[in-house]
Amino acid sequence: MSLKLADVHRIALLARLEITDAQAQESANQLNDILAMIERIGRVDTAGILPMSHPLDGVQRLRPDLVSEIPDRDRTMANAPEQQDGLFLVPRVVE
Amino acid sequence: MSAAPPANLAHASLAQLGSLLDRREVSAVELASTYLERIARHTDLNAFLDVRPETTLAQARAADQRRAQGETGPLLGVPIAHKDVFVTQGWHTTASSRMLEGYTSPFDATVVESLAQAGMVCLGKLNCDEFAMGSSNENSAYGNVLNPWDKSAVPGGSSGGSAAAVAARLAPLASATDTGGSIREPAAFSGVTGTKPTYGRPSRWGMIAFASSLDTAGLLTLSAQDCALAFNAMLGFDPKDSTSVDRPREDYTRHLAAGCKGLRIGVPTEFLAAGLEPEAEAAVREALRLYQDMGATLVDVSLPNAALGIPVYYVVACAEASSNLSRFDGVRFGRRAPQYEDLLDMMSKTRAQGFGEEVKRRILVGTYVLSHGYYDAYFLQASRVRRVISQEFQRAFAQCDLIAGPVTSGTAFGFGEKSADPVAMYLADLYTVPSSLAGIPAMSIPCGFGRLGRPLGLQLMANHFDEARMLGVAHAYQSATDWHTRVPAGY
Repeated sequence: MSLKLADVHRIALLARLEITDAQAQESANQLNDILAMIERIGRVDTAGILPMSHPLDGVQRLRPDLVSEIPDRDRTMANAPEQQDGLFLVPRVVE
Repeated sequence: MSAAPPANLAHASLAQLGSLLDRREVSAVELASTYLERIARHTDLNAFLDVRPETTLAQARAADQRRAQGETGPLLGVPIAHKDVFVTQGWHTTASSRMLEGYTSPFDATVVESLAQAGMVCLGKLNCDEFAMGSSNENSAYGNVLNPWDKSAVPGGSSGGSAAAVAARLAPLASATDTGGSIREPAAFSGVTGTKPTYGRPSRWGMIAFASSLDTAGLLTLSAQDCALAFNAMLGFDPKDSTSVDRPREDYTRHLAAGCKGLRIGVPTEFLAAGLEPEAEAAVREALRLYQDMGATLVDVSLPNAALGIPVYYVVACAEASSNLSRFDGVRFGRRAPQYEDLLDMMSKTRAQGFGEEVKRRILVGTYVLSHGYYDAYFLQASRVRRVISQEFQRAFAQCDLIAGPVTSGTAFGFGEKSADPVAMYLADLYTVPSSLAGIPAMSIPCGFGRLGRPLGLQLMANHFDEARMLGVAHAYQSATDWHTRVPAGY
């Protein structure tokens, strides 16, 4: 199947990437090339094969839920684009 | 093992630098100054993104002080440079993205911290492809890195700055990361030794995430021996990384004297086939012949689905990247678009303006393959084929101790040659991606030059946790050849 302009706009919205019509058109062409290359994996018979999510089949290690370190608030906040009173500022989301 | 040091200090091995420091024939400050001076002289390579001589010299003074107080160690006072995907407190960390311009980390990556504890002195941060996505370093927001062997050629990517810096002897070694070949391909293109250990052996803590089930820290060095020395300090269990493997530390130099007698080297028939340029094939075959002379036997092995590594990789890696890079939303750190209407608009504009084209492309691919209705056909199927490829490696390792083959289909390509066609660029990683999917250690060592005078690499791959033997086998080759000691003209 091949992606159309509307598909690219939908994916871009999901990915939170602003995209113009011209960019979406170019992306559609490139994504279709990439997807055509990817389609080949469908030909492999993988019946009974478990998906591999970790190269060593490791499982997520858990630790006790204890405070191990307290981040330096000022140093962490220093990278915030906008802040006030030690809090991150974003545009109003609740009217 | 460490012969008399060369006239040019910057051409010395780590063992030589360590013994000069031990004997007080050179100080860490002098050593750091030597490299800082070279870095300043060769800024045209664009290998470094952030250099702060005062911070470097302060670290060097501290190393000298530790030696003055009686502390010793093979790396104490030896300089290193870090790829800009490792977060560092004293230098900006950008992952070569506009998104993180001016970002300063409140903590150090574990790899950076471990090497600093061993006394290594940081020379600065190295250019790379944005968020480590690329095979030519042409995706950096801060410009191309030039290949010291030929400035019209790419240095390889994504660790292009690391490879160029080591090739030009601007640093005796450099940290790097490999997700699908990002250490080995630039090592081959730039004529240096590049080693990716087993997945989970180095910590990913503080390594800006691209594809978490593949991302592996490693090193660009002048030799396998140098790599083994530094791995001793760099690789170990890290409770801060949930995928770090809990195994005791080991001595990676223990097989350096082992030689190759009785070694069975597997040669995948699929790797020495159509698509490989004749000069690359000739160099690999010549290296294999040398291994036979040294007592190894060659075994034909087969990796029938290795060619599917690229499509599998671009599903898995893009999917993981689209998830990992969702953290760049303009809220807590990094860039925020100057003008926007509401929260959604702020995030969408921030990401559209902050990410480069290749990063956006991979986020779109990743978002698509994870989206409703496509997840099974793409992501799950890719994860299954990944296991098929991994099982093929295990079958091969039942017949051999080590696998050898090419790193790339030929020597470094020129700027712009592949950048217009994403799929052509992706295929550059044909020989490196399968071992990344399997999570096995792999490395590239210099094994000759092509007709344009650009370097070629030999790839060695070992089974999980067998990197010490792999380094020993590489060292045997480097004891019998001098490709790795060649220095590009002018450096």
